Amino acid sequence: MTPTTNPQPSSRPALHAAGLRKHYGRATALDGFDLEVERGTVHGLLGPNGAGKTTAVRALTTLTTIDGGTAMIDGIDVRRHPAAVRERIGLVGQFHAVDEALTARQNLVLFARLSGISKARARARASGLLDAFELTDAADRAVAGFSGGMRRRLDIAASLVLTPAILFLDEPTTGLDPRGRATVWQAVRETAAAGTTVLLTTQYLDEADQLASRVSVMDHGRVIAEGRPDDLKRRLGGDRVEAVVADGTRISEAVDVIGRATGAAASVDPDTRTVTVEVADGARTLAPIVRELDAAGLAVDDLALRRPTLDEVFLHLTGGTAGTALDPVQEAR
Amino acid sequence: MTTTSSPIAAPADLRDRRPNALREGLLIAGRDALHQVREPWGIVFGLAFNIMLILMFGFLFGGAIELPGGGDYIAFLLPGMFALAMLFGLESTMTAMSDDAKRGITDRFRSLPITSASVALGRAIADLGSSALSLGVLMIGGLLIGWRPTTGPAEIALAVVLLLWLRFALLWLGIFLGLSFRGPGATTAVQVLVWPIGFLSTVFVSAETMPSWLGAIAAWNPISATATAARELFGNPTGATSGWLAENAVVAASVWPLVITAVFLPLAAVAYRRLRR
Repeated sequence: MTPTTNPQPSSRPALHAAGLRKHYGRATALDGFDLEVERGTVHGLLGPNGAGKTTAVRALTTLTTIDGGTAMIDGIDVRRHPAAVRERIGLVGQFHAVDEALTARQNLVLFARLSGISKARARARASGLLDAFELTDAADRAVAGFSGGMRRRLDIAASLVLTPAILFLDEPTTGLDPRGRATVWQAVRETAAAGTTVLLTTQYLDEADQLASRVSVMDHGRVIAEGRPDDLKRRLGGDRVEAVVADGTRISEAVDVIGRATGAAASVDPDTRTVTVEVADGARTLAPIVRELDAAGLAVDDLALRRPTLDEVFLHLTGGTAGTALDPVQEAR
Repeated sequence: MTTTSSPIAAPADLRDRRPNALREGLLIAGRDALHQVREPWGIVFGLAFNIMLILMFGFLFGGAIELPGGGDYIAFLLPGMFALAMLFGLESTMTAMSDDAKRGITDRFRSLPITSASVALGRAIADLGSSALSLGVLMIGGLLIGWRPTTGPAEIALAVVLLLWLRFALLWLGIFLGLSFRGPGATTAVQVLVWPIGFLSTVFVSAETMPSWLGAIAAWNPISATATAARELFGNPTGATSGWLAENAVVAASVWPLVITAVFLPLAAVAYRRLRR
């Protein structure tokens, strides 16, 4: 892939990367990575561990050098003008980057002042952010005593002292309990609602589904699929109906009945006594299936209509390698 | 940017300071110092350790040590211990740098629009400050057990400056080591390695009482240069009656830290840039 010159369009994207390459010795971390993030959107970057998500974020935020390709943040070349790029980005890395020994307020005031804000205004800004992220009650306690969700929210707040052209969130909920995740999701939603562009990497597919309007799926250092979550799901096929047959010995009978009702070939998982059939319009085929099963005297333990999950899309796209996708081990840098 | 009423969105004209290495260095130094106040155990333990060494050598071994050229051993030991304390400060610099790099704070600093020198500058200011404080405590402790400077304020001030000058030079070594070696064994390795460096000097005994080859090594140790210069300037026994070091201690104590800085300040800068790889 050749680096493209970037003619600046009238509404330039918050982030534009084309053909990014990055090697660590012989290992290739980025291998022609392309990404475009529209202003004002939340963009999800999905991929199994080792796919290169963290390397991509580190490269785009000037933390690591780029070996080839073009990267533009807010129309500014990352390789040529890293200092100018740093003025336009916010980064919440995988490791908590707030100071444990300091209080939440001290952290925010410090980062605000380092961002070039005078003392009095930095204090006011810190108070505003503490309020917005519901940290006011804990504002003057040392961060060491914070829960994971509180730390992440503080981490996000610290990245927003100046509204960045794009906020990078690298696996913001990895290692959090469900409540912590919910509060961080809320924080991300509010950040997006305030007009901030967000690039979110995650290995939790439901997270991307919940928060992102567009998703890029990464594997082996490049983006292998991109689109709205719904489009990606649709790509995998339509709805599916799953029936768990009560009597395992009559399962082949059930396959015939369901096949007849839908006009499609059903597949079987004998271990779970589940018959699955893909249908174009699930809601309409459900009734005939129920009637036919009833007429044949076949009892079912469960009958469900479901759409492909992003997990399935992910597994489908990344082949076998996605088996590690839910392994919470940190991605190798 | 879209204008919204959300408190998350920053006002457009919020920034009112230009990037300035000194301002940012002082801010980071303030944060580093706050750390030292919040988690003072490293510094307190370091001080306690120095005091223990003074008491051990001063009273346990001191009676058995005779100085070439004569003089009280406590008066000889204290300036040496001040120099050794400067060497030990290396560990805290290294630990602080590598901890920050491991915890992601360094990445946060690096993603901010600040001059890249300011992180090291902040560390230098904070560590020099805490070392000056430790030196003050050790000097007061020395006075309590009978150490006395016998010269004028100018000489005493110069002695303190030379001690901190050594600490300043070792800062860059500490920053270089902290950024380059972040494994759990690295700090331990440095903690062990400062011992031969500290002992192979004239901190505890005069070089003239050592076998000649060992004495030569000890005399060339930068710690010895500062220790001997401090003894001279405080008007304490130097334990050095003849030789190059006895005649040029102040020069050596000025030049050695300059050499160390000239080597390790650029290396520290390279190590900081290498974080980008």
